[in-house]
Amino acid sequence: MSDSLPARAVRATGHATLRTARALADVPAWGPQLVVQMGRLGVASIPIALFIATFTGIVLALLASYIFTGTVPLYFVGALVGKTIMMELGPVLTGMALAGRVGANIAAELGTMKVTEQVDALETLAWDPASYLVVPRVLAATLMFPVVTAFAIALGVAAGWITSINLLDLTTAEFVKGIRSFYQFKDVWFGLVKAASFGAAVALMGALRGLAATGGAEGVGRAATRAVTLGCEAILVLDAFWALVLL
Amino acid sequence: MIRFDEVQLRFGDHVVLDGVTLDVPDGSTTVLLGRSGAGKSVLLKQVVGLIRPTAGAVWVDDLRVDTLDREALVPLRRQVGYVFQFAALFDSMTCAENLRLGLVRQGLGEGEIAERVGAALAMVGLADVGERFPAELSGGMRKRVGIARAVALRPRYILWDEPTTGLDPVTTATMDLLIQRVARDLGVTSVVVTHDLRSAFTVGDRIALLHEGRIRAHGTPDEIRASEDPVVRQFIEGRPE
Repeated sequence: MSDSLPARAVRATGHATLRTARALADVPAWGPQLVVQMGRLGVASIPIALFIATFTGIVLALLASYIFTGTVPLYFVGALVGKTIMMELGPVLTGMALAGRVGANIAAELGTMKVTEQVDALETLAWDPASYLVVPRVLAATLMFPVVTAFAIALGVAAGWITSINLLDLTTAEFVKGIRSFYQFKDVWFGLVKAASFGAAVALMGALRGLAATGGAEGVGRAATRAVTLGCEAILVLDAFWALVLL
Repeated sequence: MIRFDEVQLRFGDHVVLDGVTLDVPDGSTTVLLGRSGAGKSVLLKQVVGLIRPTAGAVWVDDLRVDTLDREALVPLRRQVGYVFQFAALFDSMTCAENLRLGLVRQGLGEGEIAERVGAALAMVGLADVGERFPAELSGGMRKRVGIARAVALRPRYILWDEPTTGLDPVTTATMDLLIQRVARDLGVTSVVVTHDLRSAFTVGDRIALLHEGRIRAHGTPDEIRASEDPVVRQFIEGRPE
């Protein structure tokens, strides 16, 4: 591999990812922190995910009605809202929102620890930062992104339903008929598998950028910005990957 | 015994250390003096493998530190207490939890951990701050908690990185007494990095002056005081260039 900047970045990311994978064996280091991180990164992210899902559901119902009116039976609004939110918009929009919240949070926290020598202190106390800092955050995000996404999907569909029966000429029965006519169980697990991979990628990018931070507050800011950018890029790449592999 | 053997360190074209050779005898307190940016702290970090030299070797007893991987460094790090310049306390933890973290890694029982945490905080005169967070303490208190964190490990070596920088004269004197007391009571081998001359001559059994990437002078405090080397004289007398 040539020694260009992207090549070095890929190599460094690969190396850090492998180190994180090896650190999984050090359960005493990450085990006690897992639940705490699941709360901080997952539970605390539910409100923003629900906020986004609500308005996505409303807009999707109105958009579907606008497209279908006069050409397609209107109960297809339920199909479009359900399918789109479960398979694509629920996981991706939630992932993007959490890339900002979770990715920046992790990068800023670990970046601050890095530039204030807390990471060095951890090493001198014989803890591996990969085991102690990275693994619990990556695992927590991997486990909690699907949970947050599941809530977002449920609320997004509910918002689409409420919009349909109040603002469109649809009944609940018609909306449900639309959802059921195209529903497959795969729609749900496809979205949740994607969400888990988004969680892993966002947390890993945040952690790696944070631990690479240098130069004080400015360096921490750069790390947080880069973590969010890389997290969003990773989500889009993974989204395409899963579509190619699983659809 | 800690030994630096022709240690070189470069960051790109910038030469930080250019062949440092220095022995730190067991049980001694060796002060590493030098101007800001001379490379004192990076030399200290090489003792615990936080930074690897570009060339040369760093030895702690029979272990060549610069060749050890992360796992192999763990037993060494359990014998070394590191006091960071700005304490480097974990700000999301209470002071007691900061001390506890290293002891948990040593596999100690809860009873012994509690006993060591209490004893170490008492030793630095902060027995009542265990439940407080670092942000609630003054800079001097945070440094003392950092010392307690190192002492609680009951290490064979303690590395002090600028222990008195930024402290008022009274707190500096208190810190000097603490360094001497830790060395005496625990019988540890210490390396103290500082540019504070009064501290250096107070706590050091031996003093080394790092200048332009090499050890320019090394001896007892009296030998350094009596040195006629112009670089040493300039540093001791604080004369501008």
